[in-house]
Amino acid sequence: MSDQAIVEKLKGKFASEVVDVVEFRDETTVTVKKEKIVDICTFMRDELGYNLLCDLCGVDYMGQDPRFLVVYNMYNITTKQRFRIKAQVSEQDCCIDTVSTVWGTANWLERECWDLMGIEFTGHPDPRRILMPADWEGHPLRKDYPVQGPDREPYKGRLS
Amino acid sequence: MAVNSTETMTINMGPQHPSTHGVLQLILELDGEIVQKATPHIGFLHRGIEKLSEHRTYHQVIPLTDRMDYLAPMSNNLGYVLAVEKLLGITDQIPERAQRVRVIMAELTRLKSHLVWLACHALDIGAMTVFLYCFREREHITDIYEKVSGARMTSNYFRVGGLSDDLPDGLEQDIRAFAESMPAHIDEYEGLLTGNKIWQKRTIGVGAITAEDAIDIGLTGPALRGSGVDWDLRRDNPYTGYEDYDFEVPVRTDCDTFARYKVRLDEMRQASRIILQALDKLKPGPILADCPKVVLPPKQDVVNTIEGLIHHFKIITEGFKPEAGEIFQSVEAPKGELGYYLVSDGSAHPYRMRVRPPSFINLQALPQMVEGRLLADVIAVIGTLDIVLGEIDR
Repeated sequence: MSDQAIVEKLKGKFASEVVDVVEFRDETTVTVKKEKIVDICTFMRDELGYNLLCDLCGVDYMGQDPRFLVVYNMYNITTKQRFRIKAQVSEQDCCIDTVSTVWGTANWLERECWDLMGIEFTGHPDPRRILMPADWEGHPLRKDYPVQGPDREPYKGRLS
Repeated sequence: MAVNSTETMTINMGPQHPSTHGVLQLILELDGEIVQKATPHIGFLHRGIEKLSEHRTYHQVIPLTDRMDYLAPMSNNLGYVLAVEKLLGITDQIPERAQRVRVIMAELTRLKSHLVWLACHALDIGAMTVFLYCFREREHITDIYEKVSGARMTSNYFRVGGLSDDLPDGLEQDIRAFAESMPAHIDEYEGLLTGNKIWQKRTIGVGAITAEDAIDIGLTGPALRGSGVDWDLRRDNPYTGYEDYDFEVPVRTDCDTFARYKVRLDEMRQASRIILQALDKLKPGPILADCPKVVLPPKQDVVNTIEGLIHHFKIITEGFKPEAGEIFQSVEAPKGELGYYLVSDGSAHPYRMRVRPPSFINLQALPQMVEGRLLADVIAVIGTLDIVLGEIDR
């Protein structure tokens, strides 16, 4: 099934959810609203065969609204195809439903996303930090988090 | 003292335990010798590679990548440069010689990583001789690494658009001799382990996971193929010219530690096959793509021509600016699917560089593979998952 066909199926089923479709370097990215993300992911897995969640991560577009995008890179082991869905998460309501019920992989990936990007996953079975210490403050991958760490002088040499 | 049979004991394994393969901490809840609950704690080696990447030019990120999976540095480099090339849209301009050398180095890296895996895995569960044999062969690969890149571990050999330098004189013969000797060495390891009753007792039926569970938890690479899922990115989504080579993808359906052991050994045999094929097909030619705006010029051009010097200076000081967009590129690293998700906003720095680390996701399967089993099996399962903490923590 071509990417166009998948986009059409998604649009047919979730017409009001699909915000944007972009094609770049032969990869299709569909941006959706966050409310029905679990339904969309379940649909992708059960109806379209995307049984492997390759990766889940957040991207911070500071200064834009919505500020965050949660990116789901999925893979269909039968047809060997990839597909990418992004869900919009705003800064004020910085949470999205967990998809760890759809793919078990999402458990740790969502923990990492919460830890480093500060996006909360509603209904997550184990919402703890994973890479940073449990008492850490802040979320390092956010664009407003300084690269040298909090309360430290910025590096004065040439960073490039 | 009264013995209370319902009481469990919590023990702490790691992060300074030799058989956890790095700084992995496991909190184990034991009922006698049976593991009731295993909770991995990771992050001790977190260096913020994704964050650092956002503050470097695309070329400056390459040395960060080989510090993730330090047992297979060239696979990390390869995944990253392929991702940048895809982002730039120059994937089809990479010269044939560069692609062949990349394949040779990637497969040597697979051998290197699998040799460390086998050595440590066997040592952990009681077969010490194999450790010494495997490190003997690994030494040859680190020597080859040193000859091509100057470093034995952190290679930094691939560049966006090709390679940093051509293979030195005489190295092709060395690699060929090594690849030809490898199958006999693998038979030697097998002779020590496969028929060994103790090895069989420690591996057969241990750490079993069904294909369905393995896909759900996201296992990739040899760990998935040991559960009967026939999926290899080199064959199914070929990159850097893997479609030109004739190799088999070993698959086993027993789902246990022994199956994964056999899969990896067979993969090592196939890796030597691929290396020999690539050497046969290797012809002289350029090693860098002809894209002067993004590809660093060859060193002799930098010192001999003004254009070369200008391009070198511009690319090093300013970097190049891919058009805004996002791509995901993954390679079949020795440990599983290694993916890079790059977002460009049109500037000289990656807006977001996300790594999909195979070990991180494979480790997630550990609790369900060990719970309800003996404490000693935990060691076997850590070994069979072939994790490396540099990549898990990044």
